[in-house]
Amino acid sequence: MTTVHPTAEPSAGPVQTGPVVLRGRGRNFLAGIRLGDLLAVAPFVLFAVMFLLLPMSYLVMQAFQAPDGSFTLDNLANLGTPKTIDSFLISIRVSGTSALLGALFGLLIALAIIRGKLPEGIRSTVMTFSGVASNFAGIPLAFAFLATLGRLGLLTIILKTVFGFDLYRAGFNLLSFWGLTLTYLYFQIPLMVLIIAPAIDGLKREWSEAASTLGATKWQFWRYVGLPVLWPNLLGTLSLLFANAFGAIATAYALTGSTLNIVPVLLYAQIQGDVLGNRGLGAALALGMVIITALANVIYLVVRTRAERWLK
Amino acid sequence: MRRGQAWAWVVFGLGALYFLLPLIATFIFSLSIRKSGYTFDAYANVLADPRFQSTLGYSLFIGLCTIVVGILIVVPAAYYVRLRAPKLRPIIEFITLLPLIIPAIVLVFGYIRLYNSSSLLPLTSSFVGTGILLTFAYVALGLPYMYRAVDTGLRTIDVQTLTEAANILGANQMTILARVIFPNIIVAVLSGAFLTLAIVIGEFTIASLLNQPAFGVYMQNVGANRAFEPAALAVISFIITWGAMGMIQLLSRFAPKTARKD
Repeated sequence: MTTVHPTAEPSAGPVQTGPVVLRGRGRNFLAGIRLGDLLAVAPFVLFAVMFLLLPMSYLVMQAFQAPDGSFTLDNLANLGTPKTIDSFLISIRVSGTSALLGALFGLLIALAIIRGKLPEGIRSTVMTFSGVASNFAGIPLAFAFLATLGRLGLLTIILKTVFGFDLYRAGFNLLSFWGLTLTYLYFQIPLMVLIIAPAIDGLKREWSEAASTLGATKWQFWRYVGLPVLWPNLLGTLSLLFANAFGAIATAYALTGSTLNIVPVLLYAQIQGDVLGNRGLGAALALGMVIITALANVIYLVVRTRAERWLK
Repeated sequence: MRRGQAWAWVVFGLGALYFLLPLIATFIFSLSIRKSGYTFDAYANVLADPRFQSTLGYSLFIGLCTIVVGILIVVPAAYYVRLRAPKLRPIIEFITLLPLIIPAIVLVFGYIRLYNSSSLLPLTSSFVGTGILLTFAYVALGLPYMYRAVDTGLRTIDVQTLTEAANILGANQMTILARVIFPNIIVAVLSGAFLTLAIVIGEFTIASLLNQPAFGVYMQNVGANRAFEPAALAVISFIITWGAMGMIQLLSRFAPKTARKD
């Protein structure tokens, strides 16, 4: 991330000879700090501490605290009930499936609009739409899918009355694992398109030309050049999509209420019933969620720094 | 090459089907409140609902506060890091990515535990306090996008030279930030702002757990009690999101093309 910076290159002309107030201070930057500098970062640091770091550390602490304040692992052990384990498994399945399918379809769409020689304008339209759709999540998204594929949804009704095909009798249910996954794809696919498009742009035309000059087929180009270059990006985006779905609750809550017991919905109920006590369990649940999304994001961050080498 | 085009068309077509069908269906559904024929009655019901107006107004207000606070927090820090302390960059970037790692529901849970009515800073015990808490939660949600936008803006201008020039002319740091740097990156800042607004305007989880009369909570409420009005709300939300993203597109036309020769 920090490797190459345009600033590092000496700019042409007299800039070099200007008042060098700021250079060469890096080594001993405590000495170079002025009041103004402190004031500039103070709001950010204060915010980060008060509204990101402190609340998180407080929760983590509580996850290991018994009601009397002593250290305990009971809270984490209490996560081991079948209901909680089930909800973690369902969450991981929904997030994993929607991330995998979202990445796959997103990649295909991005390839189609960038390398598919489609008419001018399609690419920018798709990119703009992706920006909108990736932010069209939460409650309204659930409404849209209910109106489309719910029991009384328009598509369900049309399929039944016009084509004589009863979706729900055929085993489909919007308020189920596949229903939720299908809904999540509505923001997962566009997010994939937005993130992967620059990476596909980074595949230089020269590379495919060089490959075909050397006698490679299209398939061989993708197998030995294209995919290996895109691979870190794909993997990284996959983990981002996973975390994205794993933390989402509004869509699921509006769609299924509490019929589908994913972790965020469980935590939501836990927080609302917080007054009832068992403070540790809620904190442990939260800790479990953060550990999973953190793992996914660490993969993303590590992989992204490696991927950026190719995109210069 | 012909074949390439064909598969691209197929992918594009299927994608368009998946993405447009729910929108079209929702729109038609929202018009079908009467037994026969199409009317905008569901929209009329929604728009006439005083709670629609008050919650949307409240969410817009919180959204604006979020943007202002976000700018005040992010711009000076991003400027400082770029100018003085590139070494701190990975740390700051990591912090700005934290909201992607911490799910919103966990974040608000932490707030409720930390700032409840029996704590040192009992923000949740008053309406204004909770509103402030909500604002900061939204600043956190928007942080990754706001920081990215501001940082991109700073990259397109020559921060160093501008600062030195202003310095020589006798400007102090506040003046430099407010009157030299900020006007130069206003387009980038605004695109971050509209993205934040798009995220925040219909947000449900945090607002609901903080018991705030926000638009997302209202929508959920309508969804639980009505049949056709939710579809109308979905269409309205989609238009709002589209509007916010459209503003970003529009703004990007005014963005200065990279000033530096990269």
